[in-house]
Amino acid sequence: MDIYLPIAGLSVDIFVIILLGAAVGMLSGMFGVGGGFLTTPLLIFYGIPPVVAAASASTQVTGTSVSGVIAHMKRGGVDFRMGAVLVAGGLLGTLFGALLFRVLEALGQIDTVINILYVVMLGGIGGVMMRESLTAVLAKRAGRPIPASKRRHHPLVANLPWRWRFYRSGLYISPLAPLILGFITGIMTMLLGVGGGFIMVPAMLYILGMSANVVVGTSLFQILFVTMSSTIVHSLTTKAVDIVLAVFLLIGSVTGAQIGARLAQRMQPEYLRLFLAGIVVLVAIRMALGLGWRPDEIYTLQLL
Amino acid sequence: MIVRLLLLLAFLAVPGTTFAQSAVPKLVPDVSQRDINIQSRFTGAELLLFGAIIYPRGVVPEGQIDVVVLLRGPTRPLIVREKQQIAGIWINAESIDFRSAPTYYAIASSRPLEKIIDARTAAIYELGLNRLQLSPTGEIDAKELRRFRSGLVDLNQRDGLYLEAPNSVNVTDQVLYRARLTIPSSVPEGRYVAETLLIRDGRVIVADDGVTVTVSKTGFERFITILSQRYSLIYGMFAVFISLLLGWMAGLAFAKF
Repeated sequence: MDIYLPIAGLSVDIFVIILLGAAVGMLSGMFGVGGGFLTTPLLIFYGIPPVVAAASASTQVTGTSVSGVIAHMKRGGVDFRMGAVLVAGGLLGTLFGALLFRVLEALGQIDTVINILYVVMLGGIGGVMMRESLTAVLAKRAGRPIPASKRRHHPLVANLPWRWRFYRSGLYISPLAPLILGFITGIMTMLLGVGGGFIMVPAMLYILGMSANVVVGTSLFQILFVTMSSTIVHSLTTKAVDIVLAVFLLIGSVTGAQIGARLAQRMQPEYLRLFLAGIVVLVAIRMALGLGWRPDEIYTLQLL
Repeated sequence: MIVRLLLLLAFLAVPGTTFAQSAVPKLVPDVSQRDINIQSRFTGAELLLFGAIIYPRGVVPEGQIDVVVLLRGPTRPLIVREKQQIAGIWINAESIDFRSAPTYYAIASSRPLEKIIDARTAAIYELGLNRLQLSPTGEIDAKELRRFRSGLVDLNQRDGLYLEAPNSVNVTDQVLYRARLTIPSSVPEGRYVAETLLIRDGRVIVADDGVTVTVSKTGFERFITILSQRYSLIYGMFAVFISLLLGWMAGLAFAKF
C-alpha cells in the first residue's frame, strides 16, 4: 500500500517501511543499540532524501529506546549521574552538529562526510567487536574460561583534572571524559541519525571503564535524551523530520524491539555479539565500496 | 469534458460565428483536472490536455499542422553538483548554480520536435529539454554548461519530472487534439502552466498559455507541512511525544509475554 510522505515529498510503500522498522527494531532489541546506523542508510537506499532519513531515524530511535530505558531503570541499571553528564555533552553535541550540518550542506560535502564517518566508525568498532567476540567464542568452544577483560579506564581519562565519584559505575574520574564522549555522540546523532549506542557502549567499557551492568542502561538513557533533542533541533533547523515516516518506522521497530529482546534471552551472548559485529562490519564494507565505486548518480541537485 | 467538446464541435459546425472573423486560428485548450490534490494516497497523477483548433470561417487549411503541448511547473533556483573521483573517493567537486530551473517540465508533440520546427523558433519558445532556460550564474564555458545541463535533465528525466514525448499528441481531423502527461508523486506544490502551440511550416501560428493546474497538499498532508514549517518547535515536540508514546505502549503491550 502506498502512502505519501508529506515532508519527504514522495510516496512510499508502507509495508516496506514497517518491515524495515521491524528488522532494525529486532536488532536493537537484541543488542541494546538504537539501530539508527542501519535505518538511515537503508532509507537512503530506498530513495528517501538523506536529510529526511537522518532526521526521521533519530525520531524513531527515541521510541525504540523508551521501553529499554524503563526496563533498565527498574533493575537499577542506569547511572543517573553519569547519564546526566553524557546527556549534557550530547545536547551540546547536537547543537554543534546542527551547525556542522549547515556548513557541510552549503559546501555540498554532507553526503561524503556522512559516508566516510560511517565507514570509519562502523569499520573501527565492528573490527574491535569482531576480534573480541571471536576470542570469546573460540575460548568457549575450546572449553577454556573466557579471558576476563580488564576493567580499567584509559590513561588519558585518568589524567583529566577535577574528579567526581560515579557510584553506580564504580568510577572516580573527571566528568570531562563522559562530557566529551557525549558531545561526540551528539554530533553523530545529528549528522547520521544514529543514537550512538554502538560507539557509546564500547567507549564506556574500554575508555571510561564503567562497570558492565550499568553500561547498556546508561547508554540507552543518554540515547533517549539526545535523540529527543536532535529531533527538535532538526525540526527547527533542517525542518526534515517526517512524522509520517517516523510513525511507520516506529510501528515496525517498537514491535520488533520487544521480539528482539525476548530472542536475545535465549541466545548465548558471545554469539550474539559476534553476530552484531558481523552486521556492523558488513555495513561498513558496503559503504566503503560505495565511496570507491563509480556512483550511479554523478550529478546531484540541491534546491536553494 | 465531453459536453464541452461537443459544444466546441457544434461551434465548429456553424460557419460565420464570431470566432471565424479573425485571420489566425484560435486555440481552445483545456485540461482534465485543474486541481491536483496531494493527500496520503497520492502516487502521482495523469493529466489529459486537450482542446480544439478553431479556423477562420471554419475552413480547415490544406497541409499538415502540428500541435505541441507542454506543462511547466514552478521554477526554482538550484545547485547542480558533479562528483569526481578524488584520491580514490567519489566526492562532489564542481557545481553550477541555476537561477531558474523548472521543477517539472513535460512536452508532448504530434511529431518529433526537430521535424516540425526550426532550432531558432524552438529556442524562443523553450521547446524541448535541451533548450530549457536555466539562467546559470557566474562565468561558465559552454562545454561545461552543456555537461551540467544534461546531468540535470537526465536526473529529472529518470525521476519522471522532465519528459519529452514525441508523437504523443493525437490530432483528429486537424481540429481536435489531446495528449496525456504523467506527474510523479515527487512533484512540488505550485502553479503549473499548460501551453499549447499550433505549428505549421516550421512556424508557430498561435500559442496559448491560459490554462493552469494547481498542485497542492490538502488535508492532513497540508496540516503537517504547515506545522513543520511555521510551528517547528511544536512539531518537533509532537514528533518526540508520539515516538515516546508508541515506544511506551509497545513496552506495556508486550509486558505480559
